Amino acid sequence: MAEPLLSVRDLQVRFRSGGQSLRAVDGVSFDLMPGQTLGIVGESGCGKSVTSLSIMRLLPSPPAMIEGGQVLLQGRDLLKLSEAEMRKLRGGRMGMIFQEPMTSLNPVYTCGDQIIESLRIHSGLKGKDARDRAIELLTLVRLPSPEKRVDDYPHQLSGGQRQRVMIALALANDPAVLIADEPTTALDVTIQSQILDLMRDLQDRTGTAIMLITHDLGVVAETCQQVVVMYAGAVIEKGEVQQIFQDPQHPYTIGLMAAVPRMDTARGRLATIPGAVPPPWQAIPGCRFAGRCPLADDRCRKSPPPLRPITAGHEVACWKAPIEGARA
Amino acid sequence: MIETIINRLLVSIPVLFGVLFLGFALVQLAPGDPAAVQAGPSATPEIVAKIREEMGLDQPMIVQFGRYIERLAHGDLGRSLISNKAVSSELAAAIVPTLELMFASLIWSIPLGIAMGTLAAVWRGSLIDRAIMAISVAGVSLPIFFICLLLIQFLGVKYPIFPFIGRGGPLWTVDGLRHIALPALSLGLIFIGPVSRMTRSSVLEVLRLDHVRTARAKGLTETQVILRHGLRNALIPVVTLVGLQIGYLLGGAVVTETIFSYPGIGRLAVGAILSADFPLAQGTILVLALGFILVNLIVDILYARLDPRVQKK
Ligand SMILES: Nc1ncnc2c1ncn2[C@@H]1O[C@H](COP(=O)(O)OP(=O)(O)OP(=O)(O)O)[C@@H](O)[C@H]1O
Ligand SMILES: [Mg+2]
Repeated sequence: MAEPLLSVRDLQVRFRSGGQSLRAVDGVSFDLMPGQTLGIVGESGCGKSVTSLSIMRLLPSPPAMIEGGQVLLQGRDLLKLSEAEMRKLRGGRMGMIFQEPMTSLNPVYTCGDQIIESLRIHSGLKGKDARDRAIELLTLVRLPSPEKRVDDYPHQLSGGQRQRVMIALALANDPAVLIADEPTTALDVTIQSQILDLMRDLQDRTGTAIMLITHDLGVVAETCQQVVVMYAGAVIEKGEVQQIFQDPQHPYTIGLMAAVPRMDTARGRLATIPGAVPPPWQAIPGCRFAGRCPLADDRCRKSPPPLRPITAGHEVACWKAPIEGARA
Repeated sequence: MIETIINRLLVSIPVLFGVLFLGFALVQLAPGDPAAVQAGPSATPEIVAKIREEMGLDQPMIVQFGRYIERLAHGDLGRSLISNKAVSSELAAAIVPTLELMFASLIWSIPLGIAMGTLAAVWRGSLIDRAIMAISVAGVSLPIFFICLLLIQFLGVKYPIFPFIGRGGPLWTVDGLRHIALPALSLGLIFIGPVSRMTRSSVLEVLRLDHVRTARAKGLTETQVILRHGLRNALIPVVTLVGLQIGYLLGGAVVTETIFSYPGIGRLAVGAILSADFPLAQGTILVLALGFILVNLIVDILYARLDPRVQKK
């Protein structure tokens, strides 16, 4: 089997503020294969953004602290790099797109200048070369009339257009990995699918591996090859997209899948399972999902289930798995 | 852009009128009788009354104001009652020193205030932050005359490094620089407090914004992030503040110039008011009002340059 491009191993992230301390990410592991798209799904607050920002080492510290684990980019542990080495990777080998297209660009610089800034740092392009490359990138993300738009300020563009500029920015220096933290959540449905089409298309052309964080199972089904399901700071199930969709094993994932058709189609929001996520500062002896799980018994409440393989490439953290015919 | 400037100038006209009227009214209320001043100490009451009539001072105030505006429109600012020189030439002689003083005060205090505010924001909560904020609070709460007196006491008398009376010459001469040092230091100090505090809070606010995270994700160094994506954006409200504070600066200039016997518009205004020199007092008010309008125009232009969202197409 091929080597993973990006491999997160047992990541632990804690937030400390005042006397409070909470574990936002607790032992998350997954692999991103070259040229593939990995989907990370889970309810709001389950630690998706914290995980992605930890990979880029962009969490503000304090209050955040990466307490353990490894983030391996082609075998190199990013958590051990110096700040200067890490800077070379950010915007270079690793690009990132954020959830908020309206505010993620600096309002006082033109779109072109913001792309050129990144080109200058990483590719050493200057002057006309940099500008030409910026226009080329804006063409690549299918921004209409890129030669003119390159001199536009962000406020002159719509949300979808700004997200295209963000994608152009993230792709400026041909990254090996693109981390997209809910890139379409803030956009309306038609624009959403255009942006996702664009990302798929760009991946076909450039071979960039994408880590796609989303609330939306529909997006995962269309875009991803691998899926990681997170719950309360931990991975509770992961596998290939067909395995997760056709044969979900964790009761939480099963709940998610069951929730989808009942929602008004396109927007498969994940908050439809009864009950609430335990607050991250609460110590839970057993399975984190036990409080909401219809199958939970004493063992579930007392000891935490480890992530274990069910079939090849399909892992689940549940004592009850395998659960037969869960989808039906 | 040109359109914006013209708009601003048009809007300024009523403001100018208002200021002129207020100035006119205030000078009327000031103690002293211009007719008596004009007539001199030995004049009989009859002569004073005649002069008053000649000067139109027996007319209702609104008529006097109308005549004043009419004369202004012809470029006639009148003659000083004391020196009998044309007000326009008195003003012309005082404008350059005042502009020099403003320049010499702002050229160091605004950059320093911005730098202090930025450092305080970046090291928020640290000793540096607290020291800088203590200095700025002191700067805001000490009255300007007190700062002037302290500076005279220490840098003028105790350690006589700088002269503290008058203007040595144009700014580009050594003597000019030595003489302007203490007034410019006093006047600049009152600016450091507000500018550094505004910069601090503005930088703190901007550094929390999403685009700063994008800048970090591009691989910029922390210094680049703070200067290009933090401070650059944070300057927008700072410029507005500086514009608003210019009135404060003009007031400070009056005090500073008087204390240091610095021959600028401020001192001219105080002298004219105290000696009931009507035309000269009104002339200084006109200059100060025009200065204020001009500064606000500059601030507007600067604001539009700093914030592209302001320029609507
Ligand atoms: N700066 C911070 N200080 C303290 N706690 C934080 C901070 N950022 C995140 N957290 C906590 O970390 C946990 C995970 O947050 P995270 O933003 O990763 O969630 P998410 O899965 O991305 O949610 P969403 O889908 O809403 O974006 C949450 O409980 C949150 O309260
Ligand atoms: Mg998030």
